[in-house]
Amino acid sequence: MSALAAETVEMTPILAARGVGHAYGDFLACRDVSFDLYPGEVLGIVGESGSGKTTLLKCLSGHLEPTEGEVGFAVRDGEMRLLGEMGEPERRALARTDWAFVHQNPRDGLRMSVSAGANIGERLMANGHRHYGNIREAALEWLAKVEIDAERIDDLPRTFSGGMQQRLQIARNLVTGPRLVFMDEPTGGLDVSVQARLLDLLRGLVQRLGLSAIVVTHDLAVARLLSTRLMVMQGGRVIEAGLTDQVLEDPQAPYSQLLVSSVLQV
Amino acid sequence: MSVDANTPVLRVSGLTKTFCLHLQDEARIPVFDALGFTLNAGEAVALNGPSGVGKSSFLKLVYGTYLAAAGEIAVMHRGGWVDIANAEPRQVLDIRRETLGYVTQFLRVIPRVPTLDIVAEPLIERGESEEAARARARDLLNRLNIPETLWSLSPLTFSGGEQQRVNIARGFAASFPIMLLDEPTASLDAVNRQTVIDLIGEAVAAGSAVIGIFHSKADREQIASRAFELTPALAA
Repeated sequence: MSALAAETVEMTPILAARGVGHAYGDFLACRDVSFDLYPGEVLGIVGESGSGKTTLLKCLSGHLEPTEGEVGFAVRDGEMRLLGEMGEPERRALARTDWAFVHQNPRDGLRMSVSAGANIGERLMANGHRHYGNIREAALEWLAKVEIDAERIDDLPRTFSGGMQQRLQIARNLVTGPRLVFMDEPTGGLDVSVQARLLDLLRGLVQRLGLSAIVVTHDLAVARLLSTRLMVMQGGRVIEAGLTDQVLEDPQAPYSQLLVSSVLQV
Repeated sequence: MSVDANTPVLRVSGLTKTFCLHLQDEARIPVFDALGFTLNAGEAVALNGPSGVGKSSFLKLVYGTYLAAAGEIAVMHRGGWVDIANAEPRQVLDIRRETLGYVTQFLRVIPRVPTLDIVAEPLIERGESEEAARARARDLLNRLNIPETLWSLSPLTFSGGEQQRVNIARGFAASFPIMLLDEPTASLDAVNRQTVIDLIGEAVAAGSAVIGIFHSKADREQIASRAFELTPALAA
C-alpha cells in the first residue's frame, strides 16, 4: 500500500478506546471495547436494550469512569490525553467546549427554567463570551439553523413540543463549535415525521461542520442515515464492526443477521 | 486525462466469498472461489452471466459493501494500490469519494433533501463549489428528462422511473476513474436509455474504466469493448 494513498486520509484519531469496560458491582455492562474514531467520522453503535450501548457512551464521554481500559481524546494541540488522567476541571472544560452530549430526553440536556435563548447563550457564556448582543445574535442564528421560529427565543423550553425541545438541545450543544458530539438515541420518543426532520438536520450539520460523532441508537434506519461506521453490541461486547452499508448488507455475526433481518419493511 | 491502455486500475485476485446464513440452519451459499479479474484504464467491460451467478455481488464486493472471505481487491487510488478487501472504513470512504463510482437502478431517498441537492452532493463532498456542483446537476437532470418543477422536491414521491433517473444523474455527477454499473439501463424508455448509454460513453472517453451489468445485448454491444463472463463453474 503506497504512502501517498495513506496520507490522504486523516492519520490521527480524535478519540481512542482501548479495552474499555464498565461493571456495576458484579455486573459487566460493557467490556473489552477498542476502536479509533477519526475526524469527520460518525460511528453508530447499535444493539438491543441492555446490550451496553449507553454505558459505553457514558464511559467514552467522561460521564462514567470505566472500570477497565482507557479512553484517549486528542485535545486541540493534537496531543492524545487519557480521560482518566485528566482532572475534573479539565474534563469539565472539554465537556463545554470540544464535546457535546445530546441526551435522548431533551429535559436532561436543557435547563427547563430558563428561556430558549438563554439555553443556547449559557454555553457561550460558560466559555467566556460576555457581549450580550453577540450572544443573542448567536442564539438567533442557531434557532434558525434548527428551524425554531426566532419569535420563540424568550419562551421557556417547557412550552415547546418534544421535537422542538430536541432541536433546541442540539442548538445548545453545537453553538460552541464542538469537535465531537455524543448522541444517545437522538430521535427516540419522537414522531416519525419529526424524526425525519431531525435526522436531516443532524446529517446536514454533521456534514457541513465536519464533526465527529458517536451515535447510540437501536434504530437501524437512523444508523444508516447518520453514521459512516457501525459497531454492533450484544451482551456488553462489540460483536461486529465495519462500514455502515457493509454491516447492514452483509452482516457476519448471527446476532447482526438477526438484527438486520428483523427490520420491518414498509 | 491521458489514458494508457493496459494500465490496470482494478486488480481482483483469489476473491472468495461464501454467504453463511446463521439463522437459516447455518446454510452456506458459495459465490466465488479464487476469482480473478483485471480492469484497465479507459476500457468498458460487460459483466455477464446467468441470473443468480453473483454479478451484483461481485460489484458489491469491489465497492466494499460485501466483505470478502479471502483474496485481494486492489484499487488504484490517488496514485497507489489500496486493497478494498482489507482497508479501514475511512479509506474505503475516501476511495468511494474519489475513485470508485457505483450506479444502480435504486435511489436511496433521504427524507426532505431536494432532488437537485441529491444529485449535486457527490461533487460537493469532493470540495467542488456549490455553484459548479448545481450547474452540473441541472445539466444532468435536464438530459435525463426530470422536469425542472421537480428539482426542489424530495424524490420520495417520484415514480420509480424518475427515482432511477435521479440516481443515475447523481451517479454521473462526479467523474470517477472506475465506475461500477449495476443495470443502470434496466426498465428505461428508449430515449432515456440512450442518454444513459451516452453518459457512459462520455465517462469512458474522459478516461473512466467501467465494469457493468447490462441486461440487454444491444446495450452491451454499444457500451462494452469486452466481456467478463461469470459462470457457475467458474464462480463456485
